Amino acid sequence: MDKYLEMIRIRFLMMLAYRTNYYTGILIYGINIGAYYFLWSAIYGGKEQIQGLSVVQMTTYVAVSWMARAFYFNNLDREMAMEIMEGKVAIELIRPYNYLGMKTMQGLGEGIFRLFFFSAPGLIIVYFVFPIEFTWDLSVWGLFAVSIILSFFINTELNLLTGITTFFLYNNTGLIRAKRVVIDLFSGLLLPINFFPGWAQEFMKFLPFQGISYLPSMIFTKGFSQHQAIEAIGQQCIWVIVLIIPIQLLWHMAKKQLIIQGG
Amino acid sequence: MNNAIEVENLRKEFKAYSSRSGLKGAFRDLLTRNYKVVPAVNDISFTVKQGEMVGYIGENGAGKSTTIKMLTGILTPSSGKISVNGMNPHKERERFVQTIGVVFGQRSQLWWDIAVQESFRLLKKVYKVTDEHYDNHMNHVIKTLDIEPLLDKPVRKLSLGQRMRCELAAALIHNPPLLFLDEPTIGLDVLVKLKIREFLKEINEKYNTTILLTTHDLSDIEALCERVIMLDEGKVIYDGALRNLQEKWGEGKELQFQFLEKVDMAAVKNLTKAIPVKWELDEKEQIFTASLEDNDELISQVIAKVVAAFKIKDIKINATSTEEIIRNIYEKGAV
Ligand SMILES: Nc1ncnc2c1ncn2[C@@H]1O[C@H](COP(=O)(O)OP(=O)(O)OP(=O)(O)O)[C@@H](O)[C@H]1O
Ligand SMILES: [Mg+2]
Repeated sequence: MDKYLEMIRIRFLMMLAYRTNYYTGILIYGINIGAYYFLWSAIYGGKEQIQGLSVVQMTTYVAVSWMARAFYFNNLDREMAMEIMEGKVAIELIRPYNYLGMKTMQGLGEGIFRLFFFSAPGLIIVYFVFPIEFTWDLSVWGLFAVSIILSFFINTELNLLTGITTFFLYNNTGLIRAKRVVIDLFSGLLLPINFFPGWAQEFMKFLPFQGISYLPSMIFTKGFSQHQAIEAIGQQCIWVIVLIIPIQLLWHMAKKQLIIQGG
Repeated sequence: MNNAIEVENLRKEFKAYSSRSGLKGAFRDLLTRNYKVVPAVNDISFTVKQGEMVGYIGENGAGKSTTIKMLTGILTPSSGKISVNGMNPHKERERFVQTIGVVFGQRSQLWWDIAVQESFRLLKKVYKVTDEHYDNHMNHVIKTLDIEPLLDKPVRKLSLGQRMRCELAAALIHNPPLLFLDEPTIGLDVLVKLKIREFLKEINEKYNTTILLTTHDLSDIEALCERVIMLDEGKVIYDGALRNLQEKWGEGKELQFQFLEKVDMAAVKNLTKAIPVKWELDEKEQIFTASLEDNDELISQVIAKVVAAFKIKDIKINATSTEEIIRNIYEKGAV
């Protein structure tokens, strides 16, 4: 276990080494939140509520979704693809650890870094700039915390899955890009799921994506009752477990037919 | 004594794809691609005893790196049996890799963006090395390889030779009984090379570490290994003492002369026409080289005749170098 914790620390150090990326990141997120705020204000016009969300709830939803994204988002799929294409996995395989486990820890290190140096200060700034409503109900914060940890795992598992396909496809940049669009769209980051047509909502209940952004954000904005929130967390848990199966299967197949590039 | 490595009929095949020519060919390639199955390692067998230092040599593309990748559990063999440190590298990967150290000369195993000591610290945790062991062992390694001043620098700021010394130290953090080195001296200066050789000898003596080494620098092999395994197109063509290779393939001796005055090749040839000797002349340096069989009597005769006839600036007697022997074998392709 020690080694996995150490890996989180190392990734933290690496993030510090590349601070500039992180400053530009804040800017991009700020612009995104601003743009969506103005967009939604225009859509609401004079209306009190759309789909059960008030305009303040909607703004909070947008701000929280983006800040949570800073925590769960990572580029593990692209990193894995690079490591596989350049043959660096060779080095990973001579280490007495689980490669996928280590990758997950690196993602977590990155997530924790951004949570402290990015989401927390960012949220405070956003709080003063836009009309946002924070709840001080600790049980909501608690449920939200559990929920975004689970959304980290779901998103990371999907990234690992995409990363592993590099072993079979060799060049999978297209797939990686497609995956990112699908997640941004179907996770509820750009549009809350309850704004989708009914049949699409039904359909998406059978996909893991809404567990990444929609469910935690709805919990935070109190768009869910406590009962609904617990149900949502249960649903996330199921996806975390279910996604392990294809990962293990593909990883097992990948190791067998692995070919290391380069001398 | 136990065998560190046992390999039986080991084989690895790669699919070599070939592209069809032209636009039409490119479209056909989208559907089905032509490929040939090429054996990179072709049914090889050998064993290495604990504590041996073995040179694993062969031309470019002979299959050395591929063998090492299979021995370290990175690649799955197409067929054959491997037992390294008494384990099957693929079956018990995590337990197995704890017992080996690996250096790939062309590939860094340190984390690029962070200080060397951070990498060491992570590896120490990864291999579950206790503080006590680490202090005892690594302080010595760090001192011998002279990398103390490099420890707080990020790897991307190190020169090749500096990095390679750190790589070697990193491979030894858990003091493994078996060390695989794939071209560890590639691109290093003479001093660093010497330092690394000395160091490898020392850990071999101190801990009885088994070392399997590939290199294209035969002086590395001469300095370190008593035994060589030579590979050609995926097959073992020689496995035995380096010295035997000398005796079996060292084709005679070479005498090199340099003269004070200008000397004519014909005159020299004429002098020794009774003796079976082959002369060559290096025009630029004016070095006359006589190749003849390794026979003390004949050698004395040639020297006596030449010295009697011309004023000498320099004489050298050389055995055929290992490099030349190996070159001969590579050229002829078999032993
Ligand atoms: N990923 C791969 N796909 C297809 N063929 C490969 C692959 N890796 C290696 N080969 C082939 O296998 C053969 C052996 O390669 P290998 O890297 O083991 O050579 P080597 O002895 O290490 O050579 P060098 O001295 O140049 O490092 C080569 O002919 C190479 O083309
Ligand atoms: Mg090689």
